[in-house]
Amino acid sequence: MSNSRFTSILKLSFLSVVLAFTGNVSADPVKAAFVYIGPTGDHGWTYAHDEGVKYAKEKLGDDVIMTTIESVAENSDSERVITSLARKNDIVFTTSFGYMNPTVKVAGRYPDVKFEHATGYIRPDNVSTYSARFYEGRHVIGKIAGRMTKSNVIGYIASFPIPEVIRGINSAFLAARSVNPDVQIKVVWVYTWYDPGKEADAANALIAQGADILMQHTDSTAAMTVAEEKGIHAFGQASNMREWGPNAQLTGIINDWGPYYADRIAAVRDGTWASTDTFAGVQQGMVKFAPMANMPTDVKNEAMQTIIDLSMGAIHPFTGPINKQDGSPWLAEGETPPNFPDLLTMDFYVEGIDSKYPN
Amino acid sequence: MNESLFINIIIGISIASTPLIFAAIGELLVERSGVLNLGVEGMMIVGALLGFIVQFHTGSPLLAVLAALLGGMAISSIFAFLTQFLLTNQVATGLALTLFGLGFSAFAGRGYTEETIVLIKAIHIPFLSEIPFVGPLIFSLNPLVYLAFLMVFLVWWFLFKTKQGLILRSIGDNHDAAHAIGHNVVRYRFMAILFGGAMAGLGGAFLSLVQVPIWGEEMTAGRGWIALGLVVFASWQPFRVILGAILFGGITVLQLHAQGFDIRISAQYLSMLPYLATIIILVSLRIRLKNKTNRTVPNCLGRIFHSTS
Repeated sequence: MSNSRFTSILKLSFLSVVLAFTGNVSADPVKAAFVYIGPTGDHGWTYAHDEGVKYAKEKLGDDVIMTTIESVAENSDSERVITSLARKNDIVFTTSFGYMNPTVKVAGRYPDVKFEHATGYIRPDNVSTYSARFYEGRHVIGKIAGRMTKSNVIGYIASFPIPEVIRGINSAFLAARSVNPDVQIKVVWVYTWYDPGKEADAANALIAQGADILMQHTDSTAAMTVAEEKGIHAFGQASNMREWGPNAQLTGIINDWGPYYADRIAAVRDGTWASTDTFAGVQQGMVKFAPMANMPTDVKNEAMQTIIDLSMGAIHPFTGPINKQDGSPWLAEGETPPNFPDLLTMDFYVEGIDSKYPN
Repeated sequence: MNESLFINIIIGISIASTPLIFAAIGELLVERSGVLNLGVEGMMIVGALLGFIVQFHTGSPLLAVLAALLGGMAISSIFAFLTQFLLTNQVATGLALTLFGLGFSAFAGRGYTEETIVLIKAIHIPFLSEIPFVGPLIFSLNPLVYLAFLMVFLVWWFLFKTKQGLILRSIGDNHDAAHAIGHNVVRYRFMAILFGGAMAGLGGAFLSLVQVPIWGEEMTAGRGWIALGLVVFASWQPFRVILGAILFGGITVLQLHAQGFDIRISAQYLSMLPYLATIIILVSLRIRLKNKTNRTVPNCLGRIFHSTS
């Protein structure tokens, strides 16, 4: 009797020692899910997120089980998808601005699940928001465009009038103006994130109206192929699009989500996850650039210098004095805007942009 | 507005409208035979992929177009088999076909998302294309644009000028009567569905062979559904398909240009317009149907034909 009790105590203590040493391995892996707005083959926004997921999976190995769902529309469908993912996962990443309300709603119903919403600004206790300072990338390409344009018209293919997109237009315009006082920006809204045919239509329309440099805030490579065919220049969006425009691409803004995803999933594993707001840029390596190409050395040098300045935090793309489009003052001399509300809810064009603000 | 910009806009409209013309004229013939195939989007995307793959490997536009035709036909034959021989519900089968086409093409096209091809270029008809203004407008379009117009004419000619066309329409209106006088309902419908598949495939391939030199999942982006709406808009009359497609495509292109010129028309209202027109036409058709002045809606549309003899 006492002997058997002794052995069972021995067994138990042995087991606990084993568990203590192997705790990390035998613990359940973190279940992480990602909701994508488009297909991973878009070679733009969703592609970049998916690359980040692959990076995190490689880094965390067996500690994480990844689930991804592509092409989830930003309507009531997204709430259904997010709900079903919340039931089976520890953390759910929703990677488009339009998922904001459904994410917050579902988060309220699943308080034990962690949520991460990209590019939004509403944060209950179990929701983090994260975004990249893409406007820093736009600042760099704006300078290049201002130098490279001959017609002084930059064409901008925009998706939806949300703060993220407005920030990009304003930042690119201000940077282009800073090096070229005659430059103008023409904005065409296509009201879709991904429709290669329509993006190409928009690119053709802008070129017909005099644009000789294209920027885009949509997700496919269509505009780049049009630029290549028409012999003008363009910038890659969200990933390196050089293959679609070897002669057209000047550089591209690359979104690098990988390290962030790995960190956040590791935080769930370690029990240290807390609701945070991340807004990282060139300095933190979340915004990167494709190799500079098809431009003279002085333009390239200026762009490289701008990237260095941004990475040191020495410059801010929005530095006053800046007025709003209607002439009312926004930033005073030397002033830079706070993240909230100015940057994250931006809903106006800056002074100098001719295009009318979409309603 | 200068002349070259105007020509640019017209060419833009022709490019945006043509996929819709192909897909809609195919579906129109299918619906005239009394079959409702909601799988247009799925057939288009498969055509887009196959056209792209063949163009990528062979560089031959002719083979690429042929591949798109055959691809659309192949996938539509699944629908034809299920609905005509196994008598499955056409709406459900059509929806399944769309989902299948989107999924299948995304899977089969994984290796091609990073490739580009040589686009099929516009042709310049000698002498005629040099006529000022009219030349670039009418005689310098993409060969597939001309083919789209030709197909509309051929479908009209087939439906209203040939005996087989008459039989097809009668099957669409009353399959039991047509069967009773000895016409093979299933065979006619099977052929019509295959034709619809071929046209949808070609419409999809227009996107990946003429509009953009890339392959992307779901790149048809809902054009198959617009084509279905167009058939109703056209009230099953072939030539009205052209009108409708130019309206749909034209609004897309014009509103992009209008934005560039900063003409303030709400893009949302504009993109609503064609759908609004479709609803109005549906309502007026219904009214005319009530007054028995309408002869265009195929009476047996979507109904399962079960041969009893």
